[in-house]
Amino acid sequence: MSSEPRFGLKLWYKVSPVLLPVFLALAFASVLLLGADANPLEAFGSIVSGAFGGVNNITDVAMSMVPLMLCSAGMLITFAAGLWNIGIEGQIIAGAIGATFVVQTFPDITSPALFITLVLLGGVVGGVFWGLLLGLIRAYGGVNEIFAGLGLNYVGQAITNYLILGPWKRAEGATMSGTEPFPEAARMSTLGDTRASLLAIILAVVAIVAVYYLLRNTRWGLRLKAIGLNDEAARRLGIKDRKSLLMAFMVAGIMAGLAGAVQVTAVRYRLIPGVSGGIGYLSQLVVLLSGLRAEIVPLVVAFFAAVQVGSPRLELRLGLDASLGGVLQASVVFFFVIVRGIRQRLAERRLARGQ
Amino acid sequence: MVNDALWVKTLASVIAAGSPLVFAGIGEMLNEKAGITNLSLDGSILLSAMAGFVAAYASGSVLWGFAAAMAVGSIIALIVASSSIALKQDQVAVGFVLTLLCTDLSTFLGKSYVSIPGPSVPHLTIPVLAELPVIGPMFFDQNIVVYASFILVLAAWFWINHTRQGLNLRAIGERPESAFARGLPVNRMRYIYTAIGGALVGCAGAAYSLSVKLGWSQGHTAGFGWVALAIVIFGGWRPVRVALGAYLFGALKSLGSILQPVYPNIPSQVFQAAPFALMVVALLVVSASNPDKLGRYLPTGLRRALAHIMDASGPSGLGKRFEQD
Repeated sequence: MSSEPRFGLKLWYKVSPVLLPVFLALAFASVLLLGADANPLEAFGSIVSGAFGGVNNITDVAMSMVPLMLCSAGMLITFAAGLWNIGIEGQIIAGAIGATFVVQTFPDITSPALFITLVLLGGVVGGVFWGLLLGLIRAYGGVNEIFAGLGLNYVGQAITNYLILGPWKRAEGATMSGTEPFPEAARMSTLGDTRASLLAIILAVVAIVAVYYLLRNTRWGLRLKAIGLNDEAARRLGIKDRKSLLMAFMVAGIMAGLAGAVQVTAVRYRLIPGVSGGIGYLSQLVVLLSGLRAEIVPLVVAFFAAVQVGSPRLELRLGLDASLGGVLQASVVFFFVIVRGIRQRLAERRLARGQ
Repeated sequence: MVNDALWVKTLASVIAAGSPLVFAGIGEMLNEKAGITNLSLDGSILLSAMAGFVAAYASGSVLWGFAAAMAVGSIIALIVASSSIALKQDQVAVGFVLTLLCTDLSTFLGKSYVSIPGPSVPHLTIPVLAELPVIGPMFFDQNIVVYASFILVLAAWFWINHTRQGLNLRAIGERPESAFARGLPVNRMRYIYTAIGGALVGCAGAAYSLSVKLGWSQGHTAGFGWVALAIVIFGGWRPVRVALGAYLFGALKSLGSILQPVYPNIPSQVFQAAPFALMVVALLVVSASNPDKLGRYLPTGLRRALAHIMDASGPSGLGKRFEQD
């Protein structure tokens, strides 16, 4: 009988690091909603129904999981190496540009298989190039990757706008709504009447599994983790580890480039301004909330994508701003970090008391 | 008269446009000197710009706007400091999460205040001095916020380099262990400087919404927080150089709107991206050992001068936790 409460406590200890932050974030959002004269339950309900209310909603969640999962997979690699790859947002943009470049240059390819392959390749090349650029600035220029990455994000955004209004403008005139829509053969096919593309979903699954394996079972993965764990010592190791850092940025670039390509070939069907949509920044939150564990990432991605797809309902139904979704996502991660800190300090104190 | 010339007016507008970055840069420099990086600047400036505008709008007084913005900036900075000092969590992680959180909060809370006219900081021409050629319009024909930014730079310079407190500040950022051994309350000082730094960052927000970029809109100041953080590095954690960095970025922004009509063939996106491209290049130039590499091609005397001018090594205790017990 005495093991009963202990089991309950144990379970609480296991799930509370996640449940408590979610609860605190909901409480925080409720306060905001009450301040805006809105009913919190109604608001959360509309997010949930927006995410899961019908087949189309669910497939939309699946599709918005794809780029987030790809980027989070890439982010796991750079995070393992101790890098803050905030520049991943720019790598998504570069991927979308690379993919659109293929469509703009060879618009007449008729075989969808060939076309899609080339478009994805274009995305990978773009993402890797932008990742490599950031890696070079970090590894050889000694510039903090956060600031270099952010600078490059803004440059990438400007290049997108330039291409949309300049060389790749629509035949009927330049507009900020984007380039000419992709031809049918350059669009990923969808499942039935839904907007979901099986190929895109497979890409995301393969990416996260590959990263899980790479970090766990390969020499290179272990080496990256060693660099990440001991920054100071790694800095003294020199050239070879610069190469590892470059590789980390490039692998993340592959994933982010694919995410950018998916955005243009399976979701938007053209290049638009702000094509990256903050997915890169969100993937940073995903990886923090998953505690850098690849096996947890899909769950966190599902939660983030559901909020992402569901929160525009706030605007349609309740006249609230959809940014509440972003507040929810970020505050869960915020409370996660705070709760973790408090638990660690409490544990320390217990240890000090000799219990 | 020369003061009516376009280029003089441009210089004056550069000084005005750079003033919020001066506040944010000096503020962040202070808490970084104490050893705390507040990475949340891009979000805190947005949220304090919104709070400052709303408070000034509701009260009809710009002063309340600045007070509210400073409170917001200070609270966010203290969250970063306490999660680092008391909870021993990563400063960069907390700062980044707060960036995104405050950005979305500013959008959500500021929704009903978008694009409405509100109060602004009054212009104050200083008699006689404003008549001076060139420097008159630049430094003596501005609004009160701009004057405050000048005073802030001088005060920060004096405080850091010429007071006992400034010496202590440098000590807790450079060598917290020995500072603590000498009896300085390292962590308490870090809290205080972070609160002051955050309040100045808040001032930057209000300086945008009430002086430089009047009003509120979604993402009103997005990007400027990152520029401010980069300016601290570029400025080598020295007040005057941080201010120069702020004006350099201000200049680049104004330059876009002036050069655009002159060179219509250059797409406007080039000018939009220029400050951020410059940010990367500027950091490349000052980072790590790069000035040494450049200096190799110069005669010895010049090399030493260059090394001194370009020196941009941060406080060595920056971002590292200090355990007092």
